[in-house]
Formats: sequence, C-alpha cells, structure tokens
Amino acid sequence: MRALKSSLDPFAEKKPAMARDEALIEANRCLNCYDAPCMRACPTHIDVPGFIKKIATGNLRGSARTILEANILGASCARVCPTEVLCEGACVLNDLHHQPIDIGRLQRYATDPFVVAATGPDARPMFTAAPKNGKRAALIGAGPASLSCAAELSRRGWEAVIFESAPQPGGLNTYGVAEYKMTYETSLKEIEWVLECGAELRCDTTIGRDIAVETLLSDYDAVFVGVGLGPVGPLGLPGEDLPGVRDVLEFIAELKTSDRSAMSLKGQKVAIIGGGNTAIDGVTQACRLGAEVVYMVYRRGLDDLPAYAHELELARTDGAQLVLNALPTCVTGPDRVSELTCVRTRSGEPGSDGKRAFEVIEGSEFKLDVDLILRASGQEKRRGFLGTIPSLELDRSGRVVVDGDGRTGNEKVYAAGDCVSGGQEVVNAVADGKRCAVAIDRAFRGGN
Amino acid sequence: MANLRTNTAGILSPNPFWLASAPPTNTGDQVKRAFDAGWGGAVWKTLGEPIVNTWSRYSAVDLNGVKMIGLNNIELITDRPLEVNLREITEVKKQYPNHAVIVSLMVESKREVWHEIVKRAEGAGADGLELNFGCPHGMSERGMGAAVGQVPEYTCQITTWVKEVARTPVLVKLTPNITDVRQAARAAKSGGADGVSLINTINSITGVDLDTFTPRPAVAGKSSHGGYCGPAVKPIALNMVASISADSETRGLPISGIGGISTWRDAAEFILLGATSVQVCTAVMHYGFRIIEDMVDGLSNYLDEKGLAVVEELRGRSVHTVHDWKELDLNYVVRASIDQEKCIGCGLCYTACNDGAHQAIGAERGENGRTIVRVIEDACVGCNLCSLVCPVDDCIRMVQIPTEVAPCSWEQHQSGQGKLAPRPQDKNFH
Repeated sequence: MRALKSSLDPFAEKKPAMARDEALIEANRCLNCYDAPCMRACPTHIDVPGFIKKIATGNLRGSARTILEANILGASCARVCPTEVLCEGACVLNDLHHQPIDIGRLQRYATDPFVVAATGPDARPMFTAAPKNGKRAALIGAGPASLSCAAELSRRGWEAVIFESAPQPGGLNTYGVAEYKMTYETSLKEIEWVLECGAELRCDTTIGRDIAVETLLSDYDAVFVGVGLGPVGPLGLPGEDLPGVRDVLEFIAELKTSDRSAMSLKGQKVAIIGGGNTAIDGVTQACRLGAEVVYMVYRRGLDDLPAYAHELELARTDGAQLVLNALPTCVTGPDRVSELTCVRTRSGEPGSDGKRAFEVIEGSEFKLDVDLILRASGQEKRRGFLGTIPSLELDRSGRVVVDGDGRTGNEKVYAAGDCVSGGQEVVNAVADGKRCAVAIDRAFRGGN
Repeated sequence: MANLRTNTAGILSPNPFWLASAPPTNTGDQVKRAFDAGWGGAVWKTLGEPIVNTWSRYSAVDLNGVKMIGLNNIELITDRPLEVNLREITEVKKQYPNHAVIVSLMVESKREVWHEIVKRAEGAGADGLELNFGCPHGMSERGMGAAVGQVPEYTCQITTWVKEVARTPVLVKLTPNITDVRQAARAAKSGGADGVSLINTINSITGVDLDTFTPRPAVAGKSSHGGYCGPAVKPIALNMVASISADSETRGLPISGIGGISTWRDAAEFILLGATSVQVCTAVMHYGFRIIEDMVDGLSNYLDEKGLAVVEELRGRSVHTVHDWKELDLNYVVRASIDQEKCIGCGLCYTACNDGAHQAIGAERGENGRTIVRVIEDACVGCNLCSLVCPVDDCIRMVQIPTEVAPCSWEQHQSGQGKLAPRPQDKNFH
C-alpha cells in the first residue's frame, strides 16, 4: 500500500495541539456570531465564541471553565468530536471561504493546561463537590454518560458512586477511540481530573455479579444506567469462529493497551466488515499497523454508507480499498481464516429507516484473500443486563426507553448514553448524562 | 506606465518612496541596499552630538494576533561618530547620484552649531536637509527635538538659522505632540522652510507587563514614554497632513508624508491629501526593504488605472473635499442595504446596530436555524456601522436614498436658509 500521507508516525495525532501563536491567530479569526450556530450545533451547547474570545484575550483559565462548565469531558470532546459535522460544520465561515474556525483544536488548547496536562497552579481544582446533601446515587458503567452525570451530581452535593466492570474507567473513550484521535492515557488523565469533582469510582465491579441490582436500588436514592453497548455481534457466517476473525472494538482496545510493535500487520491482508465510523477506525488502525491490503467491506453502496464523509476520506487517504455492495457469505481457511467469500448486492428502494434495501445478485460470488477479519457491523445491546432492572422498558431494538429527563420506566432509574441512543457521539452522552443529573437532583432533592 | 519621478521642494527622487530617518537608514550599507531594492530616497538617521542608547528600545502593540500594528521606540539619534556618517553619505551619493539622500539634523539650539552641522551635511553631498523638531523622547529632555517643535517661535528661529547657510532644500519635520499642527507648519514656513515632513512619532506607552507591572520597553525595571508609529498612527497623520494642505497660510507648502505608511495604498492616500513624497519606517522594520517592489508597482498600476501620467497629477486631489463639519449636507440620506445572497448569517451587524448604534437591524432564525438579518428602514440613520463590522465584502452597502429636500448644511440651517429632510427620530417620520 502507498505511504501514509498524514505523518511519518502513523499513530501521531490527527489533530495535534496548537502552539500559542497559532491559537491566537485562529481565535481572532472567530467572528463572534450573534446566536452562534456553532453553539447551537454542540449537543452540550458550549459557548464557543465565548471561550474563543477568552483564548484571544489570554484568559485561558476562564476559557477552560466556559467549556468545562458546559461539558465536563471538554478535553476529550475536543479530540474525538466529529467537529466537521457539529460546531465546525455550522461555522458561518464555511459560507465565506470554506475554512471554518478550528474549534476542536482551540478547545483542546484551552482545556489541556487544566485537565490532562495540569501542573503547578493550573492544577488547582476548577470544580469541587458541594457540601454533601445526604443523597446518594449509584452509576452503572464509567463511560462518558456516567462520568458527566456523576460530576454534575457531585457538584450538587450528591454522593455519586460509579461502578465499572472493566479494570479502567472511560468505556469507549478509553478503550475504543482510534489512537490518533485520543490516547488511552489522555482519557484516563481526564477521568482522574473529572473525579476531583468528588465522585467515587469502583472498577472491576460488575453489577449483577459482584453487587445485585436490588442492592443498588435499595441502598441508593437514584440509579443511573450508563452501560453503553456490548461487543460487536456475530455476523452469522459459516466459518466465523475460525481464528483470525475478531471484534473490531476488541482489536482497538488491544492496540491501545498493549505494545503496538508486537501487533504489526506487515504483509497481511485485512478485511473490515461494516460501513460505520467504528469500521473506519478499524480500517485506519489496520493501515497504520502496516497491513499490505485493507478492505472495507460494506453490503450497501456509497450513498448509504453511514460513516461521516471526513472519516471515509481518512480511510481513503490511508489507502483502504472500499469493497461496496458486497455481502459476506462465508469465512474459510485451513486452520485460520484465509478467505472471505462475498456476493454482490444491488440497492433497492429506501426502507422505513431511510436506508435502501439491497438484494443479492445471484451468481456474483467472489473471494478476498485475507489474514484477518474485523467485525464492525454494529454493537449488540445489553438486553441481558438491562432485563434484570425492574420496570425498565426497552424498545424493539433493545434501547432503554426514557422520558425527556432521562427517567426510565423505573422511577428511581435514569439512563443515558449509547444504551439509550443506540450509539452516538461522546458529546451526546455527556449532554444526556448531565441532563439526567439535573433531573435526578430535581426529582429527589427538589434542586433546580 | 506612469512616471513616478518626484520633486519634493526641489529634492528629486526616482519615486516618492523614501525611508524615514530611523533605524533603517542608520548606515550607508542599509541605504545602499534599500536603493538597490528600489527605494527612491532615504532620510539619514539624525546626525548630531554623539549620544548613548539604552539596550532595550522598542515595544509594540499587537492586535488580534496581528503583530506590530503600532511600534514604540525610545531610541535616540545616531550613536555613530559624525565623521563615519558623513563619509558614508558621500559614498552613497557617489554610487547613487540619482537617488535622494536627505540628512536629518538635530543639534543644540545655537546658531553657530546649526550652521556647522548644515555645512558639514551639505559638504558630504546631501540633496536636502530635514530638521528633526519632532523626536518626543530623550532628546526633548535636552531641549532638542519635540522641545523645539512644540514652540512655534523656536521652530521659526532655528529654521531661519539653517536657511542662512543652507544651499539645499530644507524640510522641517513636525511633531504631532501639539494641539494644532498648523501652527508648527506656519512657523516653519515663516522661518523659510522649503517644506515640511510629518508626522514624527506620538508620545506613547504601548502597554504594561501584567506580571512585572512595568511598561514596555523595560530597561532594568524602569520604562520611559516613547514615540509611537506604525499602521495605528496613519489616521492621525492623514488628518494633520490634510489640515496643513487645506490651511490658507500653508497651502502649497511641499509635504513629505509620514505615519504608518506600509503600502502603495497608504502612500496614495497621503499624496491625495497633499503629500509629494512619503516616508516609511515601521513597515521596513517589520518586513524589510523588499516591500518597495509592491509599493512602486502598485502605485504605478493605480496611476495607470486612473489615467494619470505622473504622481503630481494625483497630489492634493482630495484636499478640496475635506471641510468643516458645518459645511456637510444634512439632507444627504443613506441607508443600509443587506445583500441576502452574500449574507453568511453571522449576525454581527445585528449585534452592532442593536447594542452599539440605532436598533435598526432585526434578526431572527430562519430555516435550518440560520440567522436572517434585515434592515428596519424607518430606524436606519445610515451611520455605516453595520457595513463596517460585516465580514463579507460588499454584503452591506450604504445606498443613497433620493430626497426631495434640497441640500442643507448646519451653517445654512443655522442662518435660517434651507430646510432639513425628515429624520428617523422625528415623530412622524415615514
């Protein structure tokens, strides 16, 4: 495959930190719009022109505070947000000269000195827990939704305890983000900072195994469910259990937590099955590990491909080969995977979900030589666990049903994040988690 | 192609662009390189009694990430021996006979001392002299520079002494640190000056270091006011040049324009307001001698575009349009017009008008959440603010609205002649 254009180090950050002068010039490009569209486009409604103006005046701590008041995970959102389709996509400068303000990187410039790289006086806490009000909340899962909810509850005087089954907190933010967007260490550093607001974290603790759901419900005034989604489900293909077929998320997590040099894919052929943004992460990581060929196999056509255009562009720049309108039918190999068989499909009429149906073209089988297959066809819902929470209602696709406040069918239980949305951005989870905290405080304490 | 040759009070130069008396003209080597780059003239860094400079000398004002929109200095006149400067002037003139070398002078206020320095500068080959009556720091504490320029009688007196012996044209460089610059220009003229150059730098403190609490530039924990120049001072300089051009007593007195000139556009504006040549310093201190290429090229293209053959045809063309406020037409009606096709929905015009002007622009969210702005015509006083803040070229234009009422100035209105067109603040205005 051709050389990576982006950088000599394939895992170098895609959106690197800004130097002071760069930030000043960029900050001063901001027009400071009335009723700013960037602010409206942000699910957490960060006052973007406000924080940018503060960068311009050198009031960096004030800038960080403006961001973090609205979005406690502002440091990671600065890295992982699809700003191209959110704040930066809404920037009026797109209409003027096609180059929006680099909001994500400015946000990182403002927050890093106080969150992930805080030293000296900058390390003094920005937010602290309010005096305890006697109320207690249990939060299940330590992903972005729970962290956001817990931080807000602590700031309102609640005792917030987060239970996480994994050894480290953060959920996908820690284990599932492509390394060139955000490192494992950055995520953990940010969480350490978030917990300074007063929440308590208990990792390696699985609710339903180590602690019963009933115990939580009786010991705490409110329970927040932020369990996200499960692993990528099986494809249902013959031969799928051959060695060399993996869950893309497990692959990315291994990449982030182990020695990268031991994971080289030099000379190997890799197929990623799926068309979403997680599939792209798999594609680009495989490319960066030196794979000889990386296929992105998607059953529909380009028009229906769910990944963001800028993500797809990244995959293309990395040299990935798109294999569109291709439905995998079986995996074969002597003792491990060596071939992926697919059939061609053709797009039909749009279905009720807006996506076009597709039909298989008879006799169009073709084979791809592969050494590794990464499944990226969508994460499973955690129906099993969610089913153990009394009165919790799930919709047909397995998402938790909540009202506008995030309250579930069980009036003591609130939920947000991917287990409710079915899979959205970190920033959505942060916004919804915070909204739940406000609602919980109001419902159980009469706060506002 | 337009001819850029200029004659400033008898000083000839291949183009109107001179280097001002400042660090860029400190040495013969610099002046030679400047002439090679295309500069038409150079006013040598002020000669006088040897001085000693501090080490830390400059400080700047940056604006919104743009460096050095204003520059401040506490540097004094030349700190090189007089003989060295004179020898280099001779050398430069020998190599560049067709370029203008003007020598800036500043000595103590004694007739014989001035006579001496004038003779020596002319003896070295100067094409003209510039009397530095403007330096606002250091030298003024010793009774020179601005201390002379701020007192018309002194200005006149020393100019007279110089003219007693000078054989080359004499320009008097004026200080802006004075209430009415016309008084200084009149004094120079009455002393026999062949022209004036302005402005010198403006008294300034560019800023205070918020950690050390000391203004910049800091010299061992102390600071001193300096002289301010650069793009930020251009409007002040233009006004002073215009006021001398329009003054009945100094009209026609040759002017070498100085103050924030960085481009051919700036130069053209000074020339339109009456300057014959222009002097540049800060832009060269920022970007070097090479900026002359565009200045010459741009001015030449501009003159061609306007159908003008020589710079002189441009000179002073705007002077007659500068009036007292009382003579302006109060019935000239303009109103903002927003081009919705060009509008990007930033809403800056709305914020500016609503908070900072006359509440004559409305804003609402249109489809897709885009901000839609519109002019409330009955409220618009045509102040221009919206068009000034709009980031899109030609998106907001100020359109003249015909009125049936004849033109009427305040002067006319006060004297009972003429009537005023209806205005937005009138109760029955529609």
